[in-house]
Amino acid sequence: MGRLGIETRSSLSMHLSEYGPLPATPRRHGSEPGSLVDEVETAGLRGRGGGWFPTSRKLRAVVESSAGRGRLNRSRHPVVIANGMEGEPASSKDAGLLASSAHLVFDGISAAAATVGATNAFLAIHRDSPVIPTLLKALDERHAARLDPLAIHLVTPPARYVASEESALSHWVGEGVATPVYPDRPFQKGAAGRPTLVQNVETLAHLGLIARHGGAWFAELGAPSAPGSTLVTVGGAVRDAGVVEVPTGTPVRQILELCGGATEPVRGYLTGGYGGGWVAADGFDTTAWDPESMRTAGAVIGASVLWLIGESTCPIDEMARVAAWMAGESAGQCGPCVYGLPSLSDDVHQLATRHADAADMARLERRLSLVSNRGGCKHPDGTARFVSTGLAAFADEVALHLDRRCSVTARGQGPAAMPVPPARLALVDVSGRDFE
Amino acid sequence: MSTDDTVATLLLNPTLCDGRGMCHDAAPDLIELDEWGYPLLPGHTLRADLTKGQLKAAEDATHACPVLALHIERRR
Ligand SMILES: Cc1cc2nc3c(=O)[nH]c(=O)nc-3n(C[C@H](O)[C@H](O)[C@H](O)COP(=O)(O)O)c2cc1C
Ligand code: SF4
Ligand code: SF4
Repeated sequence: MGRLGIETRSSLSMHLSEYGPLPATPRRHGSEPGSLVDEVETAGLRGRGGGWFPTSRKLRAVVESSAGRGRLNRSRHPVVIANGMEGEPASSKDAGLLASSAHLVFDGISAAAATVGATNAFLAIHRDSPVIPTLLKALDERHAARLDPLAIHLVTPPARYVASEESALSHWVGEGVATPVYPDRPFQKGAAGRPTLVQNVETLAHLGLIARHGGAWFAELGAPSAPGSTLVTVGGAVRDAGVVEVPTGTPVRQILELCGGATEPVRGYLTGGYGGGWVAADGFDTTAWDPESMRTAGAVIGASVLWLIGESTCPIDEMARVAAWMAGESAGQCGPCVYGLPSLSDDVHQLATRHADAADMARLERRLSLVSNRGGCKHPDGTARFVSTGLAAFADEVALHLDRRCSVTARGQGPAAMPVPPARLALVDVSGRDFE
Repeated sequence: MSTDDTVATLLLNPTLCDGRGMCHDAAPDLIELDEWGYPLLPGHTLRADLTKGQLKAAEDATHACPVLALHIERRR
């Protein structure tokens, strides 16, 4: 039984009998000693949306940015946005959490809003998400019980990968355009220019627990560098694909056991999501699932995705399909992203179809070094890491492809293909309406 | 890396830049162009620390940019 209750769908009455009421958070005392911010710092809570950034620092930054706000001047009144977009195609932890434990997430939104003194709060979710009716019902229940100090609105930005990046989300909530904004950071100048706290929905669910039980309780579980429990989406060549909740620091092998183990010999893993990175299988299953241990092992915990590539699947082929999709997800604003990602994707496609030679690989390496750190958001960096770590993890397979061969053609395609949403036409109407 | 020689920082906003390359024409020794025609600052990120000797070129590049994508932040 995990902390987040992902095993059962909870109505409000079930939720309250399981967790008890949310204690009132004193308003406008954001950074004072004994405040929730202090408890979150004691807890060591780090964001579960991919970056694992310390949540207490973000809360404090929003409180500080809102300093000097007046009662009549709303321009500095903070905004809270819960990020339930789950743009990573291979991830399903946030949808699972919202389906089972929406009230815990809403508790976290309420507590966060009270802590930073927010006057507006939103939960952002993909417009085609099947969880929307559940969320609307939960909000009705809360409204009837007068649970929240402010209205929480459901908003549905477009289903684009970068629309869930935090500045894009703030942009959409403020102005109805879901493209990333540079260089303003949301905690200073976010939705409609106001200090904006963007947190992943799982982060907020943990916050709902910290508000009840305190930071010391939270930190009793998990790895000291990133305490607590975490949801993991496990997929690919695994018997029981799905979402599990484990203490941070749980060895990969144990996570795999919870999912019934691999269905075939594993040659590598994608960790973190499509904006994460690949690792070769050798010895990786002893790695602990926390940001520090993963980094040491050359992996990325990111959005907490663990995807297994079995020996019956060609990893180069998978990389080519995903890279093409990522290239099409550029928001069309920055040259190194608009032109660089399709170039990367073309190179990987050439390799996958066994038309590449050593000179093409040299060009790919050069391009990989030219797209990172040059975009308005980290989308190109994630895509470049996806490709570069894949080339390294599957160096043998790369060599075979350069030799016009592939280790799996004889056995055909594997059963567990990586999910890739329908392609968009890159470079066509890039600033077009599908970001609005 | 910021050092004692740093007098200012050159900042590029990639969401504004449209790759016309006028910054490179104005300051070819400071700003290169990548294969797609977009500017590469020293260090290949969106900020480059400038020595006193580079400041003039950075100013020329900044003034040449038609969309105000370049910006110089002075050291206090
Ligand atoms: C291209 C891109 C896509 C992202 N997609 C998501 C997403 O779908 N869900 C999410 O929670 N965070 C996503 N993030 C991270 C957010 O920008 C942000 O860091 C996060 O929501 C903050 O929450 P946290 O501090 O609670 O982790 C994305 C980032 C990038 C660069
Ligand atoms: S890097 Fe790409 S996705 Fe990010 S803001 Fe620029 S064009 Fe948009
Ligand atoms: S002059 Fe301005 S718009 Fe043109 S390439 Fe240089 S920075 Fe970009």
